[in-house]
Amino acid sequence: MGDTAERFKVAIVGSGPAGLSAAARAAARGMSHVLVEKAGHLSDTIHKYQKGKHVMATPSNLVLRSDLDFEAGKREAVLGTWDEQTAGHQVNVRLNTEIVSITGAKGDFTLAVKNGEPIRAEAVVLAIGTQGNPNLVRCPVGEGAVVQYQLDDPAEYVDEHIVVIGAGDAGIENALGLAADPQQRNVVTIVNRSAEFNTAKDANVKALQAMQAEGRITVLMETTARAIDKGEIVFDTRDGELRMRCDRVIARMGSAPPRAFVEGICAEFEEKDGRKVVRPGTGVQFTSADRVAYPKLSPMFESTVPGVYVIGALAGYPLIKHCMNQGYDVIEFIAGNTDLKPADEPILAAKFAPLPGGRSVDEWLALFARNIEIFREVSPLQLRELMLESEAHAFAAGETLFVRNEPGSSLFAIAEGSVLVEVDPEDSSKTVPIGQGSIVGEVGLISGRPRGSTVRAAEPTVCVELSRRAALKLLATAPAAARAVNRIAIERQLLQIFGSGLTPEDVAGLVEAAEVLDVGAGKVVIAEGADDQDVYIVRRGSMIVEKAIGGKPVFLSYLPAGSYFGEMAAIDGSKRTATVKAAIRSEVVRFPGEAFVALLEAKPKLREKALADMAGRRAVTQFIEGRKDSFGSAVDYYSETAQFLVDNGIGEATDVLLIDEKLCVGCDNCEKACADSHDGLSRLDREAGRTYAHLHVPTSCRHCEHPHCMADCPPDAIRRGADGEVFIAETCIGCGNCQRNCPYGVIRMDAKPSRKPSLLSWILFGAGPGPGEASYAWRKANAQGEEAKLAIKCDMCSGIEGGPACVRACPTGAAIRVSPEKFLRFTKLVEDVG
Amino acid sequence: MATAADDDAAFHAERRDSDHESFLLHGRMRWLKVALGLGSAAILGYVLADVDPRPNGGSWYGYLLGTLGAGLIVWLSLLGVRKRAITPGRWSLKAWTSAHVYLGLSLVVIATLHTGFQFGWNVHTLAYALMILVIASGVYGMVAYATLPQALSDNRREMTKRQMVEALAAIDRQLEAAAQPIGRVEADLVIAALGQDPFGEGAIARLTGRYRDCRTASALEALAGGDPANERVVALLRKRQAQLAQIRRHMHLRALLEVWLWVHVPLTIMLLAALTAHIVSVFYYW
Repeated sequence: MGDTAERFKVAIVGSGPAGLSAAARAAARGMSHVLVEKAGHLSDTIHKYQKGKHVMATPSNLVLRSDLDFEAGKREAVLGTWDEQTAGHQVNVRLNTEIVSITGAKGDFTLAVKNGEPIRAEAVVLAIGTQGNPNLVRCPVGEGAVVQYQLDDPAEYVDEHIVVIGAGDAGIENALGLAADPQQRNVVTIVNRSAEFNTAKDANVKALQAMQAEGRITVLMETTARAIDKGEIVFDTRDGELRMRCDRVIARMGSAPPRAFVEGICAEFEEKDGRKVVRPGTGVQFTSADRVAYPKLSPMFESTVPGVYVIGALAGYPLIKHCMNQGYDVIEFIAGNTDLKPADEPILAAKFAPLPGGRSVDEWLALFARNIEIFREVSPLQLRELMLESEAHAFAAGETLFVRNEPGSSLFAIAEGSVLVEVDPEDSSKTVPIGQGSIVGEVGLISGRPRGSTVRAAEPTVCVELSRRAALKLLATAPAAARAVNRIAIERQLLQIFGSGLTPEDVAGLVEAAEVLDVGAGKVVIAEGADDQDVYIVRRGSMIVEKAIGGKPVFLSYLPAGSYFGEMAAIDGSKRTATVKAAIRSEVVRFPGEAFVALLEAKPKLREKALADMAGRRAVTQFIEGRKDSFGSAVDYYSETAQFLVDNGIGEATDVLLIDEKLCVGCDNCEKACADSHDGLSRLDREAGRTYAHLHVPTSCRHCEHPHCMADCPPDAIRRGADGEVFIAETCIGCGNCQRNCPYGVIRMDAKPSRKPSLLSWILFGAGPGPGEASYAWRKANAQGEEAKLAIKCDMCSGIEGGPACVRACPTGAAIRVSPEKFLRFTKLVEDVG
Repeated sequence: MATAADDDAAFHAERRDSDHESFLLHGRMRWLKVALGLGSAAILGYVLADVDPRPNGGSWYGYLLGTLGAGLIVWLSLLGVRKRAITPGRWSLKAWTSAHVYLGLSLVVIATLHTGFQFGWNVHTLAYALMILVIASGVYGMVAYATLPQALSDNRREMTKRQMVEALAAIDRQLEAAAQPIGRVEADLVIAALGQDPFGEGAIARLTGRYRDCRTASALEALAGGDPANERVVALLRKRQAQLAQIRRHMHLRALLEVWLWVHVPLTIMLLAALTAHIVSVFYYW
């Protein structure tokens, strides 16, 4: 090979929206280039979308800057346009080419190709996304054996013996699909490595077990494949070897993120504990070890290896339009056009326009980076991206940033000026100042609970308000920012819990000694009878307090985030009087008992408050212990009901719909009211869900403190509203991530139906389907054009006067909405349920 | 502005404070008190009112009671609209139901006093009789709503209707496979059971919960155990019978909860017609 191989100016790896757009720009500029794609077609991720899926083009305010066209439409239309225009631009494409490693330096990189000639290029653009490669079967695969990692259409296969390896959701869904129609006469076997279904959704597991009971699917637990040959597969099972006829293997064992490949680019390796690892400081570096971290990039998308550029989802931009713009920009940068302003410049300019001082976008960004502590470590590119998901505000002296008890999970960073925190809800003149460069609002961000205090500007102030998502991304990728937020949060939480008389100096010792612990659901933090003396604060999640009475655990109370516990033992040196355990996965801050006692001794007022709290808790315990003798069964009943509610996720809820089945006549007026209040689709399923002692938890959103659905929303469309409701904004792109992430199955994907005839015309003339959600058939027959299937969920009837329609429309009073800290109280439960 | 926001916050806080009371106990039985007050006032008025020559619908007091009664009847019948018109606003259907029940019962007193105890074979007494029937069916509904939901919930055992039907279908598929090896006569019994619509015995069966011609039950009576294949079929038939029993009980309870509406609502419409005829005729022949 040597110099005989052609050397391109740029090699673009990955042909998704980012890579395609980059290649098209290079072609249009006449730059020598090659676009390398591992699959047999362009844009594999979008290619894998289901047939006819509507691809959205958000954010709509972002201008598209690309040589390729893109507008919202069906998957086929989007891909068709790109295929056509890629050919039109005469892009040099190499399909079926997988890059296994990249070596060399700027000006001369060598890209090693699996089963092929290497490619040489002066610069490399990585646009490989975050999907990664599916994990491959590790056992030997014989000649002629069929092993595939994807199943597009289960109806394609008939009369086959098919083995699905991997019993996660993907594997189970494939197996169910293959066995669904007995007419296909497939013999389906699913193999699970462990003895339990740990990673699959409950509904999928149940469906699988039902099919197994009917003898339509064989399920092998604690089994691994030893060898795959044409027509046969050999397993290792707990009881020994098992041979089986097998025409096709579908392996669904998850995928490996591309991070290891990226980190190994142009890296030096060394031996460590017998394994080959990247020598620190070489290769493409990431901002932190966190799973969600992105590569460190310059404003020109250049990684820590000069000449290697990273764009698209791998650079932290999951939306198609962003990716395409970056493809265009990166080629311009490589061509030397460094004055090019990013396409998001007008968006940022509009964001900064209301700020005083008439600075340019770059000047503002520089000021934020300089003044704000948590932005110190952040790269200019990352800061730009953070700003896209944030707001900049100018406050006049005295103006409020946020109000106590208002829901909100955004983080405010003070760029210029200072603010005052009102520490006493009764007296707004008692305040604590917070200066330039610091942050406010971190409690809401960490605990997911309403704001703890009102904050107002002390002087003319400029703040950056980071959305919850932007803030979490920052904490995950900038360790220094995470440490700073952590320290500030612990200090403020102490001050907030223990009241006004304290100053940051008083609690400095406690903050120093504090330790943040991650506690899994059900894990015991304090055991009854133990003689440790640490004090704890619940930082996120919630705890339940139990006491063994007559050998049975009796539920004493529920502690939401922001509560403290464990102080009794520290104060009087007694043994623990009750057990405290996590209701859901939580975070607690642990303080040594001695440090807490020392603080109490120094502050008599605080001591009084702590003793008063303690007396209150003792009274509850004594009350229940006293009741135990007079009506023991009521106490048991109450404990079991509380446990049932906690088991069903009420511990992480902020507002949940419960149905008292002693009153529910099954009229489904709640569902009908829901549909009629929200575009004709119901967001709750009354009948489904668990029931204990006639208290039913229907399938409906609980508005979790830390919503699972928010975790991975590409357009950041899931937000928390003014009443604490978690809602989905119109920017939803219908990707379905939230539906998959919700452990309670309360999100549905559906197209908005067309309007029904009015109630009056139904009553008088029988026009239309009547009240409630129209049948699928009616919706389909009356559909007007193509509506995208978007995510829909309960928004607590936000903006509708009178509040949740489900409760208003219940004729018997069976439907109630409750918040856990109000409902999970002894008196309330005994009165209500008992 | 500020107070509006405060009101709103207080309202939402209150709403979330789990207003957990049944329609009968709603608002500390506010509407029961109103109804009792209304009834007592009507009786007191009837005793005290000096009408000539005798208490009668056409006296001034009769007109008063008649207007009140007619107004109540029209308002009570509007519950059907309120239930279906999910408009914004701070209304609660539970409060409406509560008022509907207690004010509806108070009509017995008000309308009876309005008649002045003068009955005959005419449109006026027809309206009265229809009203009493509507109220009687309503009383049944009230009792059903207060007593049956718990049984419905116990019977459901966390299953939805769809899951019950799917469970039955799953048992049927297993039965079909299990019945392959058994003898001809026995297999015919299973085929007969599977071929029957197990819920198709009509309204009486649904209301009583008794299904006389259940072929699953007869198959179970005729089939004996013995060899393993037969044992398996018998076990599956028992499962099928238990599943059928759950579904049938669900349908039975739902029927008991709904059947009165088939009387209550049509009679209300007839009542409104008779009431119109009564009022028109009274004024026409004035």
